[in-house]
Amino acid sequence: MLPEPTLNTYLALSAVLFSIGTAGVFLRRNLITILLSVEVMLNAVNLTFVAVDRFLGTVDGQIIAFFVMTVAAAEAAVGLAIIIALFRHRESLSPDAFTSLKW
Amino acid sequence: MIDPQLIAHFVVIGFTFFMLLNSAAVLVLMERKVAAFAQQRLGPYRVGPWGTMQPLADIIKLMMKEELRPRSADTFLFYLAPVLCATAAFAAFSVVPFGADTTFFGLLDAPVKLMAADVNVGLLVIFAITSMGVYGIVLAGWASNSKYSLLGGLRSAAQMISYELSYGLSLAAVIMLAGSLSLREVVDGQAGYWFGVIPRWYVFLQPVGFLIFMTAGVAETNRAPFDFPEAEQELVAGYHTEYSSMTFALFFMAEYINMVTVSAVAVNLFLGGWHGPFLPEWLGWIWFLVKVFVLLFFYIWMRWTLPRYRYDHLMEFGWKWLLPAATLNLLITAGVVIGMGW
Amino acid sequence: MEALFFWLFAGVAVGASVLVVGQRNPMYSVLLLIVSFAALTGLYVLLNAPFIAVVQIIIYAGAIMVLFLFVVMLLNVSKEDATADGQRPLRIGPGPRRFGAVLAVVLAVELIWALRQIASAPFVSPGGEGVQTSVKAIGLVLFRDYAFAFEATSVLILVAMVGAVILARKDPHAKDQ
Repeated sequence: MLPEPTLNTYLALSAVLFSIGTAGVFLRRNLITILLSVEVMLNAVNLTFVAVDRFLGTVDGQIIAFFVMTVAAAEAAVGLAIIIALFRHRESLSPDAFTSLKW
Repeated sequence: MIDPQLIAHFVVIGFTFFMLLNSAAVLVLMERKVAAFAQQRLGPYRVGPWGTMQPLADIIKLMMKEELRPRSADTFLFYLAPVLCATAAFAAFSVVPFGADTTFFGLLDAPVKLMAADVNVGLLVIFAITSMGVYGIVLAGWASNSKYSLLGGLRSAAQMISYELSYGLSLAAVIMLAGSLSLREVVDGQAGYWFGVIPRWYVFLQPVGFLIFMTAGVAETNRAPFDFPEAEQELVAGYHTEYSSMTFALFFMAEYINMVTVSAVAVNLFLGGWHGPFLPEWLGWIWFLVKVFVLLFFYIWMRWTLPRYRYDHLMEFGWKWLLPAATLNLLITAGVVIGMGW
Repeated sequence: MEALFFWLFAGVAVGASVLVVGQRNPMYSVLLLIVSFAALTGLYVLLNAPFIAVVQIIIYAGAIMVLFLFVVMLLNVSKEDATADGQRPLRIGPGPRRFGAVLAVVLAVELIWALRQIASAPFVSPGGEGVQTSVKAIGLVLFRDYAFAFEATSVLILVAMVGAVILARKDPHAKDQ
């Protein structure tokens, strides 16, 4: 039989997801995928907040998760706008294409 | 021994599913008949009496057709898209109640709810599933690898995101009035009459909200005059240009079921759901059906009456008129709710 | 039953996230991330947080991911990593990338080690087992205790919106109009 999930299981899952996101940010050479990896990391953090919330029986964690989502929306909007602006200049999505400080 | 309550619940779920499937067929016939009436012709009349069997013939025709797929299309996404579309359309209806709790004439000891799933955040669930519906269309547009489809998909993404905001804000105003996110409680809040004559429907408290909801609903379901994702004069057939046979049928069905869902939600939120005069509580579903039918007729009537907007006009209307109006409506509602202490 | 669903959703979330990072095609990455979000939504429901679950679908899957999808479709850079560098397999990238991979693994190990240090306890909520947090409770705390943060977020979103519009619009002074 599968073990019942406890707080630790949730935290471990969150840690694994966060690490996957980190690996994505480091490994990938595509700006869009890097932004997606950041989203994975943010979601891992959200999972922690909600799980701890359940453990403590409060709602503060859920509210912080809610704030994280709104900030993620803002981050995605600005990030994608930057990507579009960069793509217009270099026709590339690789971060290595944008090494000069000025063009 | 299986719980009869559980069986009744499954029956309700199966019934909802079956009736949604049927409603698509009925709507196709209705659309063609109304269109014919609007254009002073007869419409389908050969299959069955007054052409009532026409949807069946349509289905057989669609099943017989050859399944075509562009060679350069992304196979997996190409077939995933119509499935997503249809699934989202069906799923959204799962939290919509269509009648008062019933014991089926005393057959059961406890009343069963006439809805597939009673969720306490039902309204948000509908909103969430509606927002997932856009993926089917966008993916269909992208996976077809055709310029018309892609344009249709891009347009639909922009259009649905823009109108979702007004849609959500008009929902929020009703939520504030009802003080609940459960559709059943919203409907129950509309039982009874003011001064003994006017039904306590929220449409009388929220006339602007109702108009905004219906306008945004038309845009969300991609119906004329906001049918840009499939504007046939400029985009062939928009996002489903490359689809044929049953995959096309899925898109077609999804469109009609979405119409039913938007109408049903509008009836529950603004038009008092199954509450109405003359009929006893347990026959309330007749009122529900009548109201949904009226809204659906309105939908079809509008399609054959109004010309299509221009795309930039659509965006301008959504962002510069509809959204501010919805925000203002929400603020005024909030002020009144607090001021009156409801 | 709950355990079964937990492991199912956890498996889907981890698998989809790994594939998000491993995909070459950004289109598939975006879609797999939506699958991962759906699994997380299931986990939130298991955690008795239906509001966050629904908001996750509405905001993340319904709005943010559509934005991503829109950009991927608009730029149309599928099936390539844009530069010749991206064509190489993941493992034999240049030095900084290998260093990054090592760091990610170290982070994972460290996090799991840290988790092993705290005692494991099952969920007990003071309000009784299985009590779902009502939207009303969240709303009350949100607009009383977190009112300032809420207002600050609204300003942040406004700034982000203006910023996005300015960044993404075509430069009116550009030579190639």
